[in-house]
Amino acid sequence: MLRFATTRLISLTLSLLAASIVIFAVIEVIPGDPASFMLGLNAEPDTVAALRDQLGLGGSVVTRYLNWVGGMLTGDFGTSYTYRVPVTELILARVWVSLPLAIFALILSTAIAFPVGLIAASYRGKVADLGIMSVTQLGIAVPNFWFAMILVLIFAIKIRWFSAGGFPGWDQGVFVAMKSLTLPAIALALPQASILARIMRSSVLDTLDQDYIRTARAKGLTRSQSITRHALRNAMIPVLTIIGMQFSFLMAGAIIIENVFFLPGLGRLIFQGITQRDLVVVESVVMLLVFAVITVTFVVDIAYAAVDPRLRKRG
Amino acid sequence: MTLLRVDDLCLSIGSLPILKSLRFQIEAGQVFGVVGESGSGKSMTALALMGLQPGGSVVSGVADLKDRETRNLLALPEDAMCQIRGAEIGMIFQEPMTALNPVQTIGAQVAETLIIHGRATKSQAMVIAREKLNRVGLPAKEFPLDRYPHELSGGQRQRVCIALAIALRPKLLIADEPTTALDVTTQAQILDLLKSLVAEEGMALMLITHDLAVVSGIADQVAVMQHGEIVEAGATADVFREMRHPYTRQLFEASSHVPKRTQRAQDEPLLEVLNATRTYVLPRTGLFSRPPPFKAVNDVSFTLNKGENLGLVGESGCGKSTLTRAILGLEALQAGEIRLFGQKVTPFMPNALRSGVQVVFQDPYGSFNPRWKVARLVAEPFHLRDHVPPEWRTEVADALISVGMQASDMDKYIHEFSGGQRQRIAIARALILRPDLIVLDEAVSALDVSIRAQILDLLADLSDRFDLSYLFISHDLSVVRAIADRVLVMKAGEIVETGRTEDVFANPRHPYTRQLIAATPKLIVGKAG
Amino acid sequence: MKLPKTLVLGGAIFAVFLLAALASFLWTPYDVQTLTISAKLKTPSAVFWFGTDHFGRDIFSMIMVGARTSIAVAIVAVGIGITLGVPLGLWAASNHGSWLDEVIMRGNDLVFAFPSLVIAILITAVFGPSALNAIIAIGIFNIPVFARISRGGALSIWTLDYILAARVAGKSRFRISLEHILPNIANLLIVQGTIQFSLGILAEAALSYVGLGAQPPTPSWGRMLADSQTLISFAPHLALFPGMAIVLTVLGLNLMGDGLRDILDPKIRRSRE
Repeated sequence: MLRFATTRLISLTLSLLAASIVIFAVIEVIPGDPASFMLGLNAEPDTVAALRDQLGLGGSVVTRYLNWVGGMLTGDFGTSYTYRVPVTELILARVWVSLPLAIFALILSTAIAFPVGLIAASYRGKVADLGIMSVTQLGIAVPNFWFAMILVLIFAIKIRWFSAGGFPGWDQGVFVAMKSLTLPAIALALPQASILARIMRSSVLDTLDQDYIRTARAKGLTRSQSITRHALRNAMIPVLTIIGMQFSFLMAGAIIIENVFFLPGLGRLIFQGITQRDLVVVESVVMLLVFAVITVTFVVDIAYAAVDPRLRKRG
Repeated sequence: MTLLRVDDLCLSIGSLPILKSLRFQIEAGQVFGVVGESGSGKSMTALALMGLQPGGSVVSGVADLKDRETRNLLALPEDAMCQIRGAEIGMIFQEPMTALNPVQTIGAQVAETLIIHGRATKSQAMVIAREKLNRVGLPAKEFPLDRYPHELSGGQRQRVCIALAIALRPKLLIADEPTTALDVTTQAQILDLLKSLVAEEGMALMLITHDLAVVSGIADQVAVMQHGEIVEAGATADVFREMRHPYTRQLFEASSHVPKRTQRAQDEPLLEVLNATRTYVLPRTGLFSRPPPFKAVNDVSFTLNKGENLGLVGESGCGKSTLTRAILGLEALQAGEIRLFGQKVTPFMPNALRSGVQVVFQDPYGSFNPRWKVARLVAEPFHLRDHVPPEWRTEVADALISVGMQASDMDKYIHEFSGGQRQRIAIARALILRPDLIVLDEAVSALDVSIRAQILDLLADLSDRFDLSYLFISHDLSVVRAIADRVLVMKAGEIVETGRTEDVFANPRHPYTRQLIAATPKLIVGKAG
Repeated sequence: MKLPKTLVLGGAIFAVFLLAALASFLWTPYDVQTLTISAKLKTPSAVFWFGTDHFGRDIFSMIMVGARTSIAVAIVAVGIGITLGVPLGLWAASNHGSWLDEVIMRGNDLVFAFPSLVIAILITAVFGPSALNAIIAIGIFNIPVFARISRGGALSIWTLDYILAARVAGKSRFRISLEHILPNIANLLIVQGTIQFSLGILAEAALSYVGLGAQPPTPSWGRMLADSQTLISFAPHLALFPGMAIVLTVLGLNLMGDGLRDILDPKIRRSRE
């Protein structure tokens, strides 16, 4: 198990390294100088030179890359050109909106999908199954940001249970803050829950076809006992992969949903960064998102090993 | 005392009858053998008795289980059947590799039988599970309760399955082809275990198998099934002596069939294997440690002469497949060499040399691209020629006819043929270039006995007609004995014994050969009484 | 052969949008480039079937033209995924266990770590927003999807005996991949293709919604939704119709995918029996 974790940890580090090189390279290939790109074509040469100094563009490519990575490792993401403050500060202010939103949505999606998928599998071919399959089929087809707009229309504008957007901040109390994240989380979670429920269902059904379920039935287990005692844990193996992948969709989705609800999260930051050509911000936030996705994949791999003893032995 | 009395058991799926009015009795403490080829309905009979038949099937008839009271298994509601399964009747299946839950320990899986029937608390159940695992030959020292199935071999897993099936000392154990997926030596051990369980625990055993020899050695009573019917039943000795039904006789003859061949072996070497060694790199055990090399084929040497049928016998994992691939020029050797017509066999050998050796594989279902028609499948080896002959369809037709198929089969897809027919088509593909040597890699192992006998006859006939030599690779000693002039016995990558087939079987020198021969079930024709 | 209901229904729904997209090249009820401020924010009526937006443009016409954008972006993105991903996957599978396989698969994992939106953000940050960049972003994300599915499908076929038979017949790995593997994984690719197509439509909508996709004046469904956002309380039809268009197109494609899977994937077919 320890060896398994170590190998995964090394592969995690390598992935992060590769990702940082890719991101750095993409920003580097920008035609012309990043500084003049950020300031536009009509910028004064003095201003460009000043910015170049500020961005640390003096050295070679390798030096700049090492400076950037080294800075991130010590928590220094550089200085935003437009805001004139350290990017770390900007990120810290906003990550406490985006991260709770993604986690909230992930919990919601899992909490809905597991029982729903299990019910559909248990009542395979019956009315409950057909109903769930139809609703989830629709759920997959709905874009989350449109769903968010409809939720706003109904719950914020028509019946006024929630506010249409904005975030009061955690200092207003957990309840108030969570309330303002509720509609965004639902909008994010329901389409994902549809996918997850369908995968849960088919995974349980696949597992029920396995030989060891027949062995369990021959021992005297009822059909439902064989699901809860044997099928479920095996069915979790593919479901875990999807949950890991969903986190990356949720992070991306959160960026978009933040726009619908005017939430001051990483999504708003990155889009402002793009419109204002603040590459330092874009580069750092993208790296942070990729870091989050790769880390979650690592956690899922470890969770795999906890579920599946066959993996613990392998390197 | 009769334990189970089955009368007029019928099962149909849709309008298709699967079991037709079966009638038999199983006596307490005896072994009841059910023999039949695939599709005879023998497994379905067992599933119907357990109430585990596939959804959508309709069962009728009587299956009275006599205990303190008499209960008709076929009429019991599902919850009552759950009480019976595992407690009164245990069952084990063919494929031990997949029969156990991969994410649960073996101890938990054996204990579950006790817990689910409310016969023991969790801790008591673990104690009993330990006893049962000891009983089936998995001692605590090497097989602690917290082992997972993937850490065990096939035979060991089948022992775990037996342990969980007998945990509550059922009156009847149903074993559906329990040894078919295992090597002969493991098969012998599992059969011995089952025998001793019947003798010591007073349990009845319903043993379902395709192998007459297995039944003849163990069963008190036997029923022969064909097309969903019992064609003959009775005491094993009587049935095998009298063989009143023609199908029984046919099965018996097919099981011990020896095809007629002329001896054509010449003194001219066709294939020479000289000190062949093939090493694999195993998966790393540690992050930075070098993986240990694994010698799949270790210093193997032999010669196959022109016109000779050479048998190569060994159990799974002995290196037969690796050796086959090297002989076919698909994998390189690390040491030694292989020569065909005196020329060196390598992955880069010229096509002309390559066309001198062709192959027939075991699995009639995986041997053909399902999207190609038979003509294209059979013609594939023409790729080795510089030009595909213009009359290639005629050659394909000739090859099909020579293996007993029809020229019109050319334009069909492979799914339209049965397993035996597919194996004939595979032989046609191997023949199309008129090679000198055909490697038969377990070529008849997946077939039913009667089909197997026909294919063996065909192979014998073809070798005479086309002056072929065979390298016949199999785990099945009786098949090799029937067709090979000389035999090689392979174990753990090495050839341990070589000799003329009769000599090796009559007078095995190496202990492993002796062990193999002893483990192979023999068809015992009962004496009077 | 009887076609599955899902395939017929899904195919019919998708065909409506495909025809609308094609028809929009020749004819739309109103010109989508002309702004008629006098006719702004009309509710749906016999004159303007789906109403008009704040510039007085006909929503129905815009949805027709928007279908063109969505479908074109998704098709090209799937095309990129298939033409690059499938050969990579087949190549990796035919060299299974070698460093090449390892490099290709690690590269895949790396692309997977960038959600398509993040790729789009990176590309847009560098080259500026456009429909073309949206296509590239979605397309890049499709490559590892197809590489993975081809490799997985191919690996299971490489273990079969007919591949050994082909090798005994002297065929090269490349030729075997082409003759034996590709036709036998075509089913998988078709089914995955419809799924990626519908995901492409969703991704395009999301990218245009945040302004990283097709730029004005090119109508696109996501853009229409973005424009409708501030007006949603008094003109909900602006959000309703483009949203429904996305949902129906994606639903149609997903149903088609399910239907195709029923016909083409024997494994699923068996388990449904």
